Amino acid sequence: MSRAVLRVFRAGPHVTFQDAGRPGMKRFGVTRSGAMDRDAFDAAQAALGVRPGATAIEISLGGLVIDCLEGEVGFALTGGGFRARLAGEMLGDWLVAGLGAGQRLEILPGFWGSWAILALAGEIAVPQWLGSSSTHGPTGLGGGRLLAGQEIVVEEAATMAPRHGPIPRPAGARPRAEMRVVTGPQERFFDAATMGLLTEAPFTLSPAYDRMGVRLDGPPLRPVAALDMPSEPICRGAIQVNGEGVATVLLADHQTTGGYPKIATVIGPDIDRLAQMRARDRLVFRAVSPEEAAAAARTRAATRARWLGALARR
Amino acid sequence: MSGYPRFKPVADRAVLVEFGERIDAAVNARVIAFDRALAARPFAGFAEATPAYVNLLVEFDPAVTDHATATAALAGLLDGLDAAATEGRLREVEVCYDDDLAPDMAAVCSATGLSRDAVIAAHLAGDYRVHMYGFAPGYAYLAGLPAALQLPRKAQPVRDIRAGAVMIAGPQCLVSTLTMPTGWWMIGRSATRILDPGAERPFLFDVGDRVAFRRVDRARYDAGLAREGREA
Repeated sequence: MSRAVLRVFRAGPHVTFQDAGRPGMKRFGVTRSGAMDRDAFDAAQAALGVRPGATAIEISLGGLVIDCLEGEVGFALTGGGFRARLAGEMLGDWLVAGLGAGQRLEILPGFWGSWAILALAGEIAVPQWLGSSSTHGPTGLGGGRLLAGQEIVVEEAATMAPRHGPIPRPAGARPRAEMRVVTGPQERFFDAATMGLLTEAPFTLSPAYDRMGVRLDGPPLRPVAALDMPSEPICRGAIQVNGEGVATVLLADHQTTGGYPKIATVIGPDIDRLAQMRARDRLVFRAVSPEEAAAAARTRAATRARWLGALARR
Repeated sequence: MSGYPRFKPVADRAVLVEFGERIDAAVNARVIAFDRALAARPFAGFAEATPAYVNLLVEFDPAVTDHATATAALAGLLDGLDAAATEGRLREVEVCYDDDLAPDMAAVCSATGLSRDAVIAAHLAGDYRVHMYGFAPGYAYLAGLPAALQLPRKAQPVRDIRAGAVMIAGPQCLVSTLTMPTGWWMIGRSATRILDPGAERPFLFDVGDRVAFRRVDRARYDAGLAREGREA
């Protein structure tokens, strides 16, 4: 066990430190944050054989280039189809490898996916805020954004050499065009024709996409009732509609409450898949009952536990 | 109001418990009473409750429970729910109204037709209660601003307002906790920490608490800032 020191050569926007987030604080106006793709986050830790929930780096389409100044450390790359180039050699996506002093690691966006997770085999020394290193998007508090020139110190760094190699990518990591939703909770603001549009018309992701949410292009979903609702709590995955009928899917850094109606909510098993789509990708919403949604979540939790277990035993 | 409370399933993992549709002190008191009852008797799989003005979002782990089971457990909390018995604790917040700390005082005086002293007296006389948190970490919406001070928010928000602004809009007052934009009217500043990330209890208020403002002079305000290690 030793120490590794890395330096950021270049980091795109929205490249941040994230951990398992801050559950339980929505009541104080603090959203959970954490990785946009929680499956990828957990898979990276499991495949690398480090503490679940340890701080990792989340990488946007802007990519990340880091140099190892001293020591050596194992890393895992998961998430969208991002590729790793290590000391000039292209390695591919979903893998575990080692980064040594004098080497440069480049993480580059590939053909699909909006977010990658780079987990390091050790404890990254980062600021905590309210018990978590996850970067709170609206304020930048917590671990924070990665900036060029910044040094990253990894304590108790290990190479995890026996684990080096490709990580089997789970079926379903790559998003499909269909996203399941449960309608509501504020569907009273919309007429039947608009509720029909939600599940019949295709939508595309707009470039207005960050960790708080992604705005959709598609037919306007105009509210028919006056927007006079009091601020209400928000669930991750909520499809919020403004007065002009423009829909936004709220994601990891969403505000905790809001006064716009939510026409529907993307179900848990599909939210992080939606987060891996890109601007101009097309999607359709399919309405399911709350019972079907909960059953899908149970099935998903069981499958997820199995494949994470298999990754950890690799 | 008839038909309330309502239990509305949300996605695969939450129930929205609605006590009304309009902002109303009695409705909010029911929300807060229900929130406390749930905290005292959480059901298996309960994850997090977020109270707001008229409803509360109850999230659960769908691997452990489902909407029907959660709703039955939540409905069971209604028996004997006593909104009157949920008076929160009284929290005191210091405020200094010096001119340079109150950039909107003149505008508030002119919009309300009150003198500066009358605005201050009315603000201090408010009987405030924490209705909910929202917008940003530690932003507690305090209902109970006297009618004489109730103004619509500004047409345009002002950017980069530092933590500690005591501001008003509509029937509400708020003490800001982070540098954020705001469209509310700033009538003073406070050195009382509403959000202290390093503390064991990082947030001063629980939803439902009562809040009293106490006027302090500049020396005490400055000393408070110095004690907290904050900039003026």
